[in-house]
Amino acid sequence: MNQAEKEAYLREYSILKNEGKPFFPYAVAKDAVMALIVMLVIIFLALLFGAELGPKANPTTTTYVPRPDWYFFFLFEVLRVMRKVPDFTPMATIGVPTICMILLFLLPFYDRSPERRIERRPIALATALFAIGAMAYLTFSGANTGSPNTVDLKPPSNFTAQQKATFTKGELVVGQSGCLACHQIGDNGNNGPGPVLTTIASKVPPQQIASTLLNPTPPMPSFKGLRQQYPQKFQTLVAFLSMLH
Amino acid sequence: MPRLPAPPLPKGLRPRPKPPGDDNGAGVADTLDPLEAGVTAVDWIDERTSLTPVGRWLLFRKVPRGVNWYYTLGSATLFAFLNQAVTGVFLAMYYRPDASGGAYESVRYITTDAFLGQFVRGMHKWGASVMIILIFLHMGRVFFFGAYKYPRELTWIIGVVLLILTLAMGFTGYLLPLDQRAYWATVVGVNINAGGPFIGPYLSNFLFGGADFGATTLSRFYAIHMLIIPGAIVALIGAHLYLVTKLGITAPPWLKAEPEKQFQPETDV
Ligand code: HEC
Ligand code: HEM
Repeated sequence: MNQAEKEAYLREYSILKNEGKPFFPYAVAKDAVMALIVMLVIIFLALLFGAELGPKANPTTTTYVPRPDWYFFFLFEVLRVMRKVPDFTPMATIGVPTICMILLFLLPFYDRSPERRIERRPIALATALFAIGAMAYLTFSGANTGSPNTVDLKPPSNFTAQQKATFTKGELVVGQSGCLACHQIGDNGNNGPGPVLTTIASKVPPQQIASTLLNPTPPMPSFKGLRQQYPQKFQTLVAFLSMLH
Repeated sequence: MPRLPAPPLPKGLRPRPKPPGDDNGAGVADTLDPLEAGVTAVDWIDERTSLTPVGRWLLFRKVPRGVNWYYTLGSATLFAFLNQAVTGVFLAMYYRPDASGGAYESVRYITTDAFLGQFVRGMHKWGASVMIILIFLHMGRVFFFGAYKYPRELTWIIGVVLLILTLAMGFTGYLLPLDQRAYWATVVGVNINAGGPFIGPYLSNFLFGGADFGATTLSRFYAIHMLIIPGAIVALIGAHLYLVTKLGITAPPWLKAEPEKQFQPETDV
């Protein structure tokens, strides 16, 4: 907006403002009705759904659901989408939201046209609809990717009985440790943000699997705690993963 | 002493005019009429603070023609924030930020034993979702109405900071019950931060209070959630509303001022 447009706007606005009504009580009445509705909705939700409390936090093991509240689902989904470009995954998961925030922040500085009617701002309209669509889609697909915590694979038939036992125990540990929230093994779990582990042993040697579990690349959590408290379980986990050819 | 005009009382309550000739000295005029006590107290405060013009400026400013229900979304967000503040204070009366079991135990106590505890916790929890929805709707209203344009750019920028802070409230609050979901979602969340470029590692170090989830992580999140961010939000809402009042609220973009209309209101079609 140049100086003339600014002045034209202010002139126009002051006329419209003068034709209006006082904030109190006219706008306040509407605000109060809205506040009442908000209050009722919150009370309704609180009475209907309450607030549950899951099992106590346990840094070492058992079933956990590394899932944020619903309004962060879209971030988690960005992670899953971005795994296709592994080198950029960490950059992208933080970078994409950060860039979006900066774009939002600077909006008044690059959108400088004096036009305010949305039907005459095609670029703004298209961007907004795209952003709303993307957020809705990501939130929705985030809500629909569960966090399964069981693995159901057949141990290969050429295994010895002892190997089979380790295999089954390993499935249990993987299920309990929540790996499936981020990894797929066979038909179980989510494809992403982590890589598919179905044939991990043919790509990565056991030592390296163990060291990945201890010092992983974010966002994968470290399982140092598991090794400290339950070394047996940790060994089983590594042994199981090393059987996945 | 300057006086405020008397409030418009119904007939029966109005002070009776004194019968003439009954005035035996200054003493009577000075007695405090109970009906006027409120006005006098306001006078007393106003004489010392001069707050009345501020109140008048806030309340009796004009809102432009055509202001509609979409304009209530901002104050609805404010109201949701107040709900969070009030219910949060009650939760803080019972909550203990003790990572070695006390935190979980205190939330369990709130949820199952405390009088109306589950209800207040539910209101805080669902209030958070409602506030997030409302803040996005409010932002959408501002965007679609072009209300961020001159001269309201700064209002928008403060708004974006409020949006980020509100999301940060959701993130830090999620850890506090310290159940499995809270713990693991937070570990993964902070780890995602750690992967970010440049400040990522420092940010996660700051949040965890060390390289990993440790003894001080919970108290850090608690302090951030109930002191630092709410303080910043309150201050920024103040600035936001000051600007809204100072600049006036936008008129709906489809309205055009028609100055000539004022001269010929009869010919309106
Ligand atoms: C929060 C999501 C998440 C969870 C939970 C998780 N991982 Fe990962 N994992 C990842 C990501 C992302 C990568 C890829 C990191 C990279 O690119 O280096 C990964 C990498 C790996 C790798 C290395 C793969 C390779 O090809 O080098 C292994 C092995 C692995 N994870 C095993 C596990 C196991 C076992 C568990 C459960 C005990 C687990 N992960 C839990 C996200 C996760
Ligand atoms: C804690 C969060 C927030 C609160 C309590 C709040 C409150 C308000 C209120 C009460 C108004 C008056 C007009 C209305 O209700 O529409 C307003 C206007 C405004 N808000 Fe917000 N707001 C918040 C967040 C935001 C966000 C996230 C943005 C945008 C990024 C934003 C941008 C604006 C702008 C530009 C105006 C001026 C609109 C106009 O004049 O028509 N606000 N805000």
